[in-house]
Amino acid sequence: MRAVVTVLGSDKIGIIAKVTAVLAEYNVNILDISQTIMQNIFTMIMLVDISKSNIPFSQLVDVLDETGKELGVDIKTQHEDIFNSMQEI
Amino acid sequence: MINSHKILETIKMINEENLDIRTITMGISLRDCCGEDIDRVCNKIYDKITKKAANLVKTGEDIEHEYGIPIINKRISVTPISAVGESCNTDSYVKIAKCLDKAADETGVNFVGGFSALVHKGYTKGDRILINSIPEALATTEKVCSSVNVASTRAGINMDAVYEMGKIIKLTAEYTKDRAGFGCAKLVVFSNAVEDNPFMAGAFHGEGEPETVINVGVSGPGVVKKALEKVKGEDFSIVADTIKRTAYKITRMGQLVAKEASSRLNVPFGIVDLSLAPTPAIGDSVAYILEEMGIEKCGTHGTTAALALLNDAVKKGGVMASSHVGGLSGAFIPVSEDAGMIDAVNIGALSIEKLEAMTCVCSVGLDMFAVPGDTSPETIAAIIADEAAIGMINTKTTAVRVIPAPGAKVGDRIDFGGLLGHAYVMPLNKYKSDDFVKRGGRIPAPINSLKN
Repeated sequence: MRAVVTVLGSDKIGIIAKVTAVLAEYNVNILDISQTIMQNIFTMIMLVDISKSNIPFSQLVDVLDETGKELGVDIKTQHEDIFNSMQEI
Repeated sequence: MINSHKILETIKMINEENLDIRTITMGISLRDCCGEDIDRVCNKIYDKITKKAANLVKTGEDIEHEYGIPIINKRISVTPISAVGESCNTDSYVKIAKCLDKAADETGVNFVGGFSALVHKGYTKGDRILINSIPEALATTEKVCSSVNVASTRAGINMDAVYEMGKIIKLTAEYTKDRAGFGCAKLVVFSNAVEDNPFMAGAFHGEGEPETVINVGVSGPGVVKKALEKVKGEDFSIVADTIKRTAYKITRMGQLVAKEASSRLNVPFGIVDLSLAPTPAIGDSVAYILEEMGIEKCGTHGTTAALALLNDAVKKGGVMASSHVGGLSGAFIPVSEDAGMIDAVNIGALSIEKLEAMTCVCSVGLDMFAVPGDTSPETIAAIIADEAAIGMINTKTTAVRVIPAPGAKVGDRIDFGGLLGHAYVMPLNKYKSDDFVKRGGRIPAPINSLKN
């Protein structure tokens, strides 16, 4: 199963390092990363593979949400189907 | 592989534009719960609902969490209780209503619909008992919703039932007068009621439905409004096209959630209701969409045309996004639940006559509006008859959910709280319809019922 992790917030040093460290800790594989600054907002989107993850998906959602709070950014982790179903015929 | 623009668009729709799934509703047949002893029937109903819907709320919350899409309500609809209770040796079904309320509490759902009767052609014994039980049932329960179908295109309008419902609505308001007639917010009078509606207060599990089923209702007026902001001044082809595209995306979300819920609960997927359901939250209003099209205030001239376009485009966009479409499917205009409608009534832009005209071109009817407390049962019955006639002639579902708030005068503010919002009491025509509604009998089915 694949999920999309989006990180939105003000830019600072170490966001990617921290988020990827958390993903590595839970054995989540990053398939693709796109990162940019849009209208002064740090925007990072990651496509991740969670099939080998060592915690249940809903727990990963919470862990990343916590990580976001520590970093002062908003981190959302969503099943990729929500984007696929909405944006593709 | 990552399309940032599309991912961010979806996230923005959810976070800023109030896109959500309004409800996952599980339909449960109670046809096997009948019996002579009402206490045994209640036990059977309670056991069946709490067993079948044991994981409904948890599953809804899991999906919400994993997909990041809010699911506002989880609900249950059941076989019309008039049929379930019919074999009981009793003259009141209030006990069954209380049992449904208890089952709703136990399962954690927001509402349970189906304290209902279908009497468009006449009453059975169970129908009579059910209708007479409505005022007390709604006053003594929190989550139970009731509906009565009094007309259909095939059967015409049962005017005896229409008049009786005028009285029942007044009585329900009286029974709940300490809460501004709140009981009436849980009571709908239908013409052409549908069997698979996931929305309250009118949901029930119809005759042709399976043992259990999952129906989903979507929401998203805010998303449509935002999309229209980007095509300011463009012609109506572009307006319609923009709404269609947006409705498609909204409905896809509903389809995904419905399929996921159905597979996790191991309950067949029924339908997605292609709805635009407002909430009182600012930015989640159907009236604001009409105003975005160029109507200064909802209710002025042009409103009906704008709503007709909106309603049609929502269906056209949504229908391809879901494998099975049903329920009420269309834009809802519940007055108290829509910030723009509330405002339009308050400043006098929206009258009951215009509201009635609007119901001809959208889903569902005269919904969640407050009228003076001294409105007579006959006048309420006449309002129901008008709305039922619109449904009967146009082969569509129409409904009336009116609150004659005890003691309230025109212009008073009535608060219902939560999703039900608040309403300003609307003025009605001062002339009487008493002799008309008291004639009784049935208004015959229209010529367009003869389709075979």
